[in-house]
Amino acid sequence: MQIAFTINGAPTAAEAQPRVTLADFLREKLKLTGTHVGCSHGVCGACTVIVDGAAIRSCLTLAVQADGCHVTTVEGLSPSGDLSPLQAAFRKHHALQCGFCTPGMLMTLHALLTDEPYADEARIREVLGGNLCRCTGYIPIVAAACEARIAYQGAKVQP
Amino acid sequence: MSVTTAKRPNAYVGSPVERVEDLRFLTGRGEYVADLTREGQWHAAVVRSSLAHGRIVSLDVDQALALPGVRAVLTARDIGIVPLIPLRTGLPSYQPYAQPAIADNIVRYVGEPIALVLADTAEIAEDAADKVISEIEPLPLVLGWDQSVNGQILLIGDTTTNVAGRHLASRGDAAAAFAKAPYRRRETFRVHRHMAMPMETRGVLAEWDSATSHLTVHGAAKAPYFNRKSLAKMLNMPEASVDCMECDVGGGFGARGEVYPEDFLIAFAARKFARPIKWIEDRREHFMAMNHAREIDADLEIACTRDGKLLGLRGNAYIDCGAYIRPSCITSVRNIATFMAGAYRIPNFEVYGTAALTNKTPAGGFRGPGRYESCFFFERLMDIVADDLKLDRLEFRRRNLVTADDMPYPLAKLEPSESPDGFLDSGHYPATLDACAHEFGWADKLKLNGTVIDNLHHGIGLCCFVEGGAAGPRENVRLEIESSGDVTLYSGSSAIGQGLETVMSQIAADALEIPMERIRVLHGSTNLLHEGFGSFASRATVVGGNAVLVAAKTLLETVRNAAAERFQVSPEAVLVANGVANASDGRTLSFADLGDLKLKAEGTFANSKATYSYGTAMAHVAVDATTGFTKLLEYQVVDDVGRAINPLTLHGQVIGAAVQGLGGVFSEDLPYDENGQLLVGSFAEYVMPVATDYPNIHATTMEQYPSPNNPLGAKGAGEGGIIPVAGAVGNAVAAALAPLGVTIRHLPLTPARVWELIQAARA
Ligand code: FES
Ligand code: FES
Repeated sequence: MQIAFTINGAPTAAEAQPRVTLADFLREKLKLTGTHVGCSHGVCGACTVIVDGAAIRSCLTLAVQADGCHVTTVEGLSPSGDLSPLQAAFRKHHALQCGFCTPGMLMTLHALLTDEPYADEARIREVLGGNLCRCTGYIPIVAAACEARIAYQGAKVQP
Repeated sequence: MSVTTAKRPNAYVGSPVERVEDLRFLTGRGEYVADLTREGQWHAAVVRSSLAHGRIVSLDVDQALALPGVRAVLTARDIGIVPLIPLRTGLPSYQPYAQPAIADNIVRYVGEPIALVLADTAEIAEDAADKVISEIEPLPLVLGWDQSVNGQILLIGDTTTNVAGRHLASRGDAAAAFAKAPYRRRETFRVHRHMAMPMETRGVLAEWDSATSHLTVHGAAKAPYFNRKSLAKMLNMPEASVDCMECDVGGGFGARGEVYPEDFLIAFAARKFARPIKWIEDRREHFMAMNHAREIDADLEIACTRDGKLLGLRGNAYIDCGAYIRPSCITSVRNIATFMAGAYRIPNFEVYGTAALTNKTPAGGFRGPGRYESCFFFERLMDIVADDLKLDRLEFRRRNLVTADDMPYPLAKLEPSESPDGFLDSGHYPATLDACAHEFGWADKLKLNGTVIDNLHHGIGLCCFVEGGAAGPRENVRLEIESSGDVTLYSGSSAIGQGLETVMSQIAADALEIPMERIRVLHGSTNLLHEGFGSFASRATVVGGNAVLVAAKTLLETVRNAAAERFQVSPEAVLVANGVANASDGRTLSFADLGDLKLKAEGTFANSKATYSYGTAMAHVAVDATTGFTKLLEYQVVDDVGRAINPLTLHGQVIGAAVQGLGGVFSEDLPYDENGQLLVGSFAEYVMPVATDYPNIHATTMEQYPSPNNPLGAKGAGEGGIIPVAGAVGNAVAAALAPLGVTIRHLPLTPARVWELIQAARA
């Protein structure tokens, strides 16, 4: 069926098979291969994208469910081409090694810090608990997230 | 992070330089094998055996072929003579046990490939794979090393034993030492089966060019040049007609980048049908298809004086290798024997490593192969002895660790072996023990050891270790000055997520005296250099990095000669510094000025001598006796790596590896049932560490003893983070539970198992 949605700020319309997942649709149809598939079962979080502000697992979501939504992938995190504060903090803290889990980590944290820019370390760890990384041991990812918080705090006052 | 680094002004080497690779990974521009597509490609799915041992009576592919969109189904019959996957050892005893590229008549583990389906889409291929009907007549099973060794059921025709290899590591005269030893103790230990589990599954995209009869295989890693040789041999093609191309890789950890059956099958199909063929493993098949690791049982006896001087160690280790010997499997067999007591001076030593076949997924290397396990075995034994003889655990170790005065210290002699006799190269091992005790606060925490606070049993433990690295034989590098004056570095090493591009750039930038941004690194693919070796055994930085030094020296010489010719002076009158050639009269030429000459230089670094990083790890745990759950309160590791090229990436590797090792201690497990069925197949059942589990991991790196075996002074350091984990944490849990009468001899220490041990001790 025909679906229409906004991807990384740009309106898009395309034909989607009812059985195709959003992950496969993004990767194969839209050639947005930054979204990775690590398990296809909703456990590893590598495929996390943001749909209407919420971090979701694109391997468990059908492409047709995105009809009419705003979808953001890792390719849309820094429209200027520079690294966003979150991405720069990842680099500074060496929060990625092989980079395979990284897009999912970034999207999960971007959604969290947009909603809760004052999230404390325990909250960050709790939310990251749904994303697997086999390389870093998570410690540098948490450090990067903590550092990036300030960039999200601008508009929001501490609750 | 704390790194003790000698100050080197304006140098990249030794600085925590941010990684070059990160820019593409952070913006979604990495290119992993699943990201590649080719016009007209077919997709493959593998049909796998559902029985652990059996004779294939029939394979009915008609229903699969009848599905619209299915192009072909290949079985052993279509392959003809099924080739065996070449081993990375030439030792003859192993050869008959190499894995066939597809099950030929007999299946020997659940998950063994029996057919390959090719279709227009991956979904159709998978649907069709379910429609291949196999009739397999069951054969009796071998499911443990003991049953394997007794040989009543033989797994491979034309052999007389299931033991593919047996190695003896020896030194001195163990029999004599044990005969007169004042104290002896014998114990058995076990580490369970688990696996590397990188976040990216495997994948292959193979392309055949009919015009030139050339095969290109994407998705290579680790050892692409060796793998090209293997694939060419299996396909009966000249090596020059095969290229293995490296993409970005989502984690290797020793398991990715060996030739697996699928590498051959996809390449074979691409050639047969003159089509690009793509295969991406799904996570479920990854569990049964990729190398398993670590399943080792040990029976060890130690001899020492009553005041704690080690006199001898002897015993046996049995490695459950699964159904076949995979290319790198022998490394764990060798290491478990040679390094059973890696960091210690033991004058009399006699340890056997035995490779036993069973009807399980074949095993292979996983970060710190044989070393992770040996640390658990031997360090547990040390603590059992210390307890028996009332020795201070630190003092007992300090007394027996290899010291600077012992260097170079000969390793136990391994037979049979293809490698020359080895030596620990440099260091003073008690130094990391003392540094770790200081950082960790051993003396303070010792007061908590064995106490119960709020129903939690506290324990502390430690482990000393060595990490071998920088395996030979050599590595090659080419440097080329582009017309822009920038330099391209072609390396035979492979990137497996360890930051290779950054580290190579740092070394080249320092050696050429130009900014790092002006160096571009290309690596891993076999079309870049005539020969390369790859990234295994923590070798890329040391061997590849030193090759960069050699090439840079030659390149600067070439630049000087070329500039001299332009200046019309003798080369001696030209000084090359900071990327500029200077004549004595003040004229200058930059690399860009010489860019039209396409200057280049090659460098090779050969080494037969391995390097040995070493260190100590300490752990503090609290065990809840009512649930069996262990909380890791603190973990500290101190290692000496000779010279840290990039402390930022090194620190990251050590911390990440430590957490990986904790998964093996506390939660990861690959259990089989009595029918040889693997009982886990998803991340829901195979429990890996998550962000909430282990927040308190600390690593400190020292650089007191550079390796004398290479100009950089660097030592292999990619695995040290994982090696001591089970030893240190196992001892901590053991210390916590000792007052309850529990002895820890087996991994994993899952809550269920720990709870059972506590119940059994109470009964
Ligand atoms: S791929 Fe979606 S959660 Fe793993
Ligand atoms: S960086 Fe490799 S899985 Fe996270």
